[in-house]
Amino acid sequence: MSRPATNSLPSTDLLETRGLVKEYRSDGVSVEAVRGVDIGVGVGEFVAIMGPSGSGKSTLLHVLGGLEPASRGEIWLRGQRVDRLSLAEWAVLRRKHVGFVFQFFNLLSNMTVADNVELPALLAGATPRQARRRREELLAELGLSAKAGSAPARLSGGEQQRVALARALANEPSLLLADEPTGNLDSSNTRDVLRLLQRTHDQGQAILLVTHDARVASMADRVINLFDGMVADDAPVRRIPYPVSSILELHGL
Amino acid sequence: MRQPLLALLAKEPAHGYELKLALEQTFGVAYPSPNIGQIYVTLKRLEQDGLVQSQDVEQTTRPNKKVYELTAAGREALRTWVEEPSEGPRVRDEFFIKLILAPMAGLAGRMELINSQRRHYLGIMRNLAGLSASDTPARLLIEGAVLHLQADLDWLERCQEELV
Repeated sequence: MSRPATNSLPSTDLLETRGLVKEYRSDGVSVEAVRGVDIGVGVGEFVAIMGPSGSGKSTLLHVLGGLEPASRGEIWLRGQRVDRLSLAEWAVLRRKHVGFVFQFFNLLSNMTVADNVELPALLAGATPRQARRRREELLAELGLSAKAGSAPARLSGGEQQRVALARALANEPSLLLADEPTGNLDSSNTRDVLRLLQRTHDQGQAILLVTHDARVASMADRVINLFDGMVADDAPVRRIPYPVSSILELHGL
Repeated sequence: MRQPLLALLAKEPAHGYELKLALEQTFGVAYPSPNIGQIYVTLKRLEQDGLVQSQDVEQTTRPNKKVYELTAAGREALRTWVEEPSEGPRVRDEFFIKLILAPMAGLAGRMELINSQRRHYLGIMRNLAGLSASDTPARLLIEGAVLHLQADLDWLERCQEELV
């Protein structure tokens, strides 16, 4: 599965992995959570990762997002090999080009909604005025302007996830990584988040997300199925015409 | 088609075309657009079975129309239908049979079957997600189909874990 390490430029993919392995060691025993994964995400492409619990989906996403180091293999972002960068270098690159959304929102609880959304822009070197303008735009777009001064804890789960999305999109990343972004939401909040993801996709930003939710996965251009830490399937999602009237047949009437 | 027609006639007597309109209005896109011929055939059979009876009503400018009403036996049949629990969820469907038998016959691997079925479900889901239904019955029906598909996909994962 894994190819020899190389420093030559990979394909034009926005993100690409080659023979990626993530190994955990505990008490002298090593367990491979990700076992030689080769995947690519094109510019502006929407890719969903599905698979049973324990298949390595979240681990893979965390490694791609630089939250955990890879054990072996290569990660390329925008034609640059990033798995060998220092943590600081990788963090700078990530701030500019990658947004991350988690299942449990992970907002900073001691900061206001506005500050949560402005922080990534400020860290990436935007002036306070630019960060503020971008924050105002995003919160308005997500229908959250009125909540700008609130603490995250005072918001509903759906609102917190929208704030988390605003934060992830603050620097207009070319790649949005999301780990079960609707995993903790009811159906109406899920719809809001889906709309936002669709809009992000329509604006040409690439999305790589892990999900169990078939509605989310079915929006993607391509679905990767991960099984036992390896890619079991990688295929485009094609709309299959299915007249509503035949739903009745599905239910056996 | 039998029970829906009986249920509509329980409300008030009607002729075939009125029943077609009533079905369309009640279910919107959620019901296969009823074919008028099919409605007439079903009404005729219901009459033969003694569940409805008809009366010719004269019309001055058009041919007579048949107005149907429910009989006592029809009302009883309808009551039985409503009181019976409806069939449970689909289990042991065609895919399951394939999944078990095809690998035994050396025709396809389980992973391959599961992958192609998952793609199919996701494709249907993509289509359902793109449908907008303004009327409540249709919306609820679509939501039901989405939930069924989600369960089917979760079950495929279980098959993958247990069989592959």
